Parts: sequence; structure tokens; C-alpha cells
Amino acid sequence: MKARTAVIDNAVVVIEDEKNLLELIRKANIELPTFCYHSEISVYGACRMCMVECEGRGIIPACSTKAEDGMVIRTNTKRIREMRKMIIELMLASHDTSCTTCPKSGDCRLQSIAKQLGVDAVRFKQMGKVEPIDATSDAILRDPSKCILCGDCVRVCNEIQSVGALDFAYRGAQAKVVTCFNKGMGEIECVNCGQCVKVCPVGALTIKRQINEVWDAIYDKSKTVVVQIAPAVRVSIGEHFGYEPGTTTVGKIVTALRRMGFDKVYDTCFGADFTVVEEGKEFLERFKKGEKLPQFTSCCPAWVKFAEQYYPEMLNNLSTCKSPQAMFGSLCKDKLTRELGISRKDLVVVSIMPCTAKKFEAKREEFKVDGSPDVDYVLTTNELALMMQESGIEFSKLELSSFDMPFGFYTGGAVIFGSSGGVSEAVLRYAAASLQKGAPQEFKQFRGNDGTKVAEIEIGNVSLRLAVVSGLSNAKKLIDRVRQGKEHYDLIEVMACRGGCINGGGQPITEGKAAVSERSKGLYDNDKMLAFHMSAENPYLQQIYHEDLTPEKAHELLHTGYENRRRITQDDFVLSAATETAGSKLSLNICFGTSCFIRGAQTLYTQLMDYIRDKGLESQTEFTASFCGKQCKMGPVMVINGKTLDHCTTELAVSEIEQVLGLAVSQ
Amino acid sequence: MSNDFSVKFERVCDVLDKYENNPNKLIAILQEIQEEYAYLPEDIMTYVATALGISPGQVFGVATFYSHFTLEPKGKYVIKVCDGTACHVKKSEEILKVLEKELGLSSKVKTSPDSLFTLETVACLGACGLAPVVVVNEDVHGAMNKDKTLAMLAKIREEEKTHA
Repeated sequence: MKARTAVIDNAVVVIEDEKNLLELIRKANIELPTFCYHSEISVYGACRMCMVECEGRGIIPACSTKAEDGMVIRTNTKRIREMRKMIIELMLASHDTSCTTCPKSGDCRLQSIAKQLGVDAVRFKQMGKVEPIDATSDAILRDPSKCILCGDCVRVCNEIQSVGALDFAYRGAQAKVVTCFNKGMGEIECVNCGQCVKVCPVGALTIKRQINEVWDAIYDKSKTVVVQIAPAVRVSIGEHFGYEPGTTTVGKIVTALRRMGFDKVYDTCFGADFTVVEEGKEFLERFKKGEKLPQFTSCCPAWVKFAEQYYPEMLNNLSTCKSPQAMFGSLCKDKLTRELGISRKDLVVVSIMPCTAKKFEAKREEFKVDGSPDVDYVLTTNELALMMQESGIEFSKLELSSFDMPFGFYTGGAVIFGSSGGVSEAVLRYAAASLQKGAPQEFKQFRGNDGTKVAEIEIGNVSLRLAVVSGLSNAKKLIDRVRQGKEHYDLIEVMACRGGCINGGGQPITEGKAAVSERSKGLYDNDKMLAFHMSAENPYLQQIYHEDLTPEKAHELLHTGYENRRRITQDDFVLSAATETAGSKLSLNICFGTSCFIRGAQTLYTQLMDYIRDKGLESQTEFTASFCGKQCKMGPVMVINGKTLDHCTTELAVSEIEQVLGLAVSQ
Repeated sequence: MSNDFSVKFERVCDVLDKYENNPNKLIAILQEIQEEYAYLPEDIMTYVATALGISPGQVFGVATFYSHFTLEPKGKYVIKVCDGTACHVKKSEEILKVLEKELGLSSKVKTSPDSLFTLETVACLGACGLAPVVVVNEDVHGAMNKDKTLAMLAKIREEEKTHA
């Protein structure tokens, strides 16, 4: 069969399995500019930058057109050039162009495309209104004045993460990307994964930085400032300094951090080794007892918040282990304050994370002791690169050096945490060694780019079913199948970002999966080069278990709990108020949170209202509804005159009401 | 009045049942809910999102897209001043200014604190022959001017006084 071809700017290009004309044009090495095209999310066709002229069809958008045999395409005619420039000018005219102070400056696609197209003047009147910046979130800064309405954040949040925290609202010239009811990002169901930050081509969504706070801590002579680096950072930060994705630059990072003034340079992998051992023990125990299965991993703070919001009834299944960052923080603050003889407030723990949600995690109340956090500041990979640039460090010329001990020693089981499937493999290595001496230590089934990886593993006479998912929409689909009883697993690893932490919201921005695969490969190469591959073999870990940790202390420092979380912070609302001030008053509150709703709160409500009307109690009854009283496992939950009724039925509620009103006695 | 709210909330439940919690029926659901409340309260939109299994942001997006939906309680008298081409040419802006001054309202504050009046502009009512046009609830007032507008307002206020 003759190959299908198209002619693009006078060159013949063979059509293979390209999703659309845009991909075909890019295959022909023509860099068509786009704002709203991302191969991972749906095609939106809004920015009109990829318009091309097709013979016989006129001007068409390349992203939403299929490549067809015999097409003759011109990508750079006079008309198209003028159109593209005009679009950029119109965007700039309604954009807050305070570029030099924008956090996205230098990395902004509006800047770079304007430059690429030679836009040297804006012919239109500046119409952009400066709107207030939303700084309510710990992780993400939202500056609506910079938004160009490409909708990338809306689609990534909805399609990849199935959260839908952002959406378009209003219409025409008033159209905006907003959160629900214009609330702050920190007050809604946003899980802080930062994938919106990664796709935002401009400075509308950026990382909430803590760079200045960290500098201040370093400059403060009374503070001892220690730093931990997450696995994924070492294979990506080099991209900011011209290295290929996946290049391990850990030796240079350590040198740079020392030069910047950190007192001790440690590795989050040390915390991860503890996570593996604790989570492995917990898993084996649950597996033997056959309870609380499947066990979900709990390293990813975006996933934890997601579970707290949408799967309250599964929170018991989450591993109670803290994340590596949090374990590192609590161990470090406990041990170092004792050894150095300093107070908690004088020991500052800084983390370098590939992740924006870790900023939120560090501020969780569970990870504080008397209000003082275990981890004081969280910097993303990108923020660290900025700090290095601020310091004038020439990264490529740095000498190599190694971590401080003991918190800088780690095994291969810890370093692979940064890739989706890594936690499972590390826990399996531990479990396999515990179940059978000499059991295999490599589980390649869980490596690779797929969003959902499933496998059955035989260790001795035990068979384990595992699932590894990344991307919260993949997690949602899997959990729904588990809840319906269609699939069964013993262990489920969930990472909110596709591919795991290496593709986190704080990582250098890349288009396509290739860079993520390279970073993953980099981590597995690190594993290969290390002396130990199984976390329990870490000698410093063994020493700390031996010298510092009683089982009670280990539980206190290394484990945590979860609570149901309202999606949106909101007050109760009054469904029906009492009109009589005198007389016995009945106060009813019903929970209408997701879990209670599924468990039949609505039917309960309608039946009770029928009852109240039937008995003529309307005037003395106040009926309010709340959005989640955080008792989801007990739903539907009702509160009658201060008394909480779990698993409430109409009969239960009626008998309680009768008791309250003394009706039971008269019958 | 407040028990009225509970009746309304039960209607919300009925509407959701009627559409079998189908997110594709969101517009119809919101329409019927607005018929009950005369606007779309945030709590109710959040509840609808929960029931339909979509995010509150998506409900908010739809509710703000269509001018038919309103997110604020409206006054007893909704005054719509047409500012379509024909009405605009015939000085509808003057009428709007008079009403804004009289009622103490603006493009930002659309409803009077006593919840009596809501002032809105509309693009075109399709009654260009009567330009400039003002509509109060269902009543159409054609060929309006400053004086007629003031007289109309005085009449409403008079009626309110006698009813009270």
C-alpha cells in the first residue's frame, strides 16, 4: 500500500499515527506556536495560533484537524503571519504586562511566542484590568490578570485529576477562569498537585514561593538550617542548567546547597527508607489478618487530600505511615534537637521537593508539635534552581560532594520512590525478603509510563495482587471498580501526578512523556549503582531503630491519621427555621456531604419533613444542613438537639424526636 | 417564610430525582430550582454538584454563563432597561441614569437594600418600535422618558405604601 502523505511547506511528509495535523507539522520540524494544545489533554482549539492554510480548504486550525492524504499545507503565509501577530497583540492588550516582576518571566510562552513571531508593537489600547492575586493556597498562587483563557488548567484539573477546581465562568468579554463561587484556591477542593501550574503558559498560575523565608533562615545566625532533597529532584534540576532530563546531578546539588549556607545537607531518601520499613510491616500485618485491604500508599499529599474529600469511607485503608518528607522532618527534629542541644524553633528543616502539594502537607496540623512544624519550609525543584541562580552559582562547574550522615544515607529502595511504581517495588522488596529468604528483589512490572499498572506477584506460597496508578482520574476509576467489587487488590499505590513525583507540579516544565521517562530511568539507574537495594538494610536506619525508637516512639514519630475533609469551606445553611420562640424547640441538623448523600441523606430528609408536617411541629422546628460533619463512615449523620445519631434512619430519628418532645410517654 | 425554604428544598430534592441526578440535565435542573428560589443560592448549587457528581465549579460556570440565571436574590420589582441599538439611540441611557440616581443603584449594586427593586440592563427586548423600553416584572412600558420613568416609580412606591 502506498504511504499516506501530505505536503507541508513544500516538503513531503509521511502520515503515520499522528493524532492531528499539528502533530504531523511538528514531526516535520516546524515549531507551530500553541497555547492551548497539550498532547495529554483534550483538544480545545481556542488559541488559534496553529492556524494553517490548506489548499482547497482555506485557513484551518491544525490541532483540531485530522491529517489527511494529499493535503497541501502552508504554515507561514502572509495572511497567517499577520493573523498570528494580531492574536498576540490582542492578548497583550488585555494582559497585565508587568513582565519583569512576573514569577513566570523568562519561562512564559506569551513572551516567547511574541518574540518568536517578531511582535514589536501592540497597536491596541491596553485594556487589561488588574485583579487581586489569590494567595489563599499554600501551594499555588493565582493571578487572574495574567490569564489568557487558554483553558489548559481547567482541562488538566478535570480530565487528568478529576477534581475540577477551576472552570470557566461568565461569558463573552467577561469570561474568566475561576474557582467555584470565586473562593480562594485554599478554600476549595484543590488538592495542590500543581499540574495546572505546569500547563499554564503564562503567570496566571504559579508556585507559591518560600525562597525569601529560606534565605532569611539561612542568614539568621541563631538558626541551624538543614535541608533534605527528594529523590525526583536529583534527576531533573539539571534541566535548568542545560543537562538532559534524567541526568543525575546529586553531587553538584549537595555542593551548591553547602555553598548557599545550609548547615547540613541530607536526603529525603533516608525518610523514604523508614517509610518502606513501616509501610511494609503494616502491609504484612494487614495481609496476615486479612483486614483493611487493599492498603493504599500515603506518600502523596495530593492523593491524601483527594481521599479525604472523596473517599472518606476508605480512609481506614490508607497506610497510617507519614510520607518520607514528614518522617524525615519528625525524626530530624527529634534526634538533632537532642544531639545538638537546641530547641525546635532554632532547628529549621527545609525540603526540596518536586511537588507543590508538599507545601500543603508541611502545614498540616498533624505534622506539628505544639504548633511548630516538623518541616518548616518546602521549596520546589524550580525554586531551588532560582535560588542557585540568585546566588550566582555556575552549576555545571561545581565540584561534587556527598551528603551528611546519618540522614544522608539511603538505599535503592528509597531512591525509586520518585517514579510511579517505585514505592510498590520498594515495599515488595521488603515484604519479599520478610516472607522468603532470597526472594527476587526486582519487580519490573511496575515500571514504565502507564497510568495504571496491575500485576499479581508470587512470593513463595503467597500471591499478592497490586495496582499502581498515577493521575487522580486513573485512581478514581480504579477505586470505583474496587468499590463495586469488580477488582480486588492487596496493595494500591496512588501518585497524583502522571508518572509519579518526577512529573510533579514543582518540576521543570516539559512537553510530552519522553522527559518523564528519562527521569524515571535516571532514578532506576541510581538504584542500580547503590550498595543496598532493600530499605531495611540501611545501617543508619537500623541504628536509629535500635538506639532511638521504642515501638511507641516509632508510632508517634512515623505514623499519622486522616480525617474527612469538606470540599469547600462553608457554613451550615438553614433549611427550615422555627417561627415560635416559646415552647419546646426541636433542633435538627442533617449532613449533606458526599458520603451521607450516597447513604441516603436526601430520603431521610424528605421523610422527616413529612413527619414534622404530619405532627404539626413545623413552627417549633429548626432544620439545618451542613456540608460534611466529618463523620462520613457513620453516615447518614443527624444531630437532634445536640445528640448525634450515626447511620441514621427515619425510624431512629423519629424515636429520638419523640423522646425529646416527650411524645413517647404520652403514647 | 422560613418554612417556605424547606418546602423549596424539598422541591430541589424532587427536581434532582426527576432528572435522576443526571449531570447532562444541569441546565434544566438549575432552571427549575431558580423557579423555586427566584435565584440560585450557593449552598443549593453545592448540593446540586454533590448530587450530580460534578464539581461545584462546573455548576458555577453554567450558572454564570446564562444571563437567565441569577446568583443574587432579586427585588420584588425587577426593572429592565433596554439598551439595544434602537433604545440606545433614543436615549435609554438617560432613563437608566435617572433610575440609578432615584434608587441608589449602580452596575455593581443591582438590588436595593430593602429588596424592593432590582435594576438591570438588557441588550434587546425585541420591542424596538416602542423604544426606549422599560420592563417592570412582566409589564412593558414603551416610549419612555425621564418624567414618565419618575412617574412610574412614584406609582409603584405609592402602591407599596397602601399595601403596607
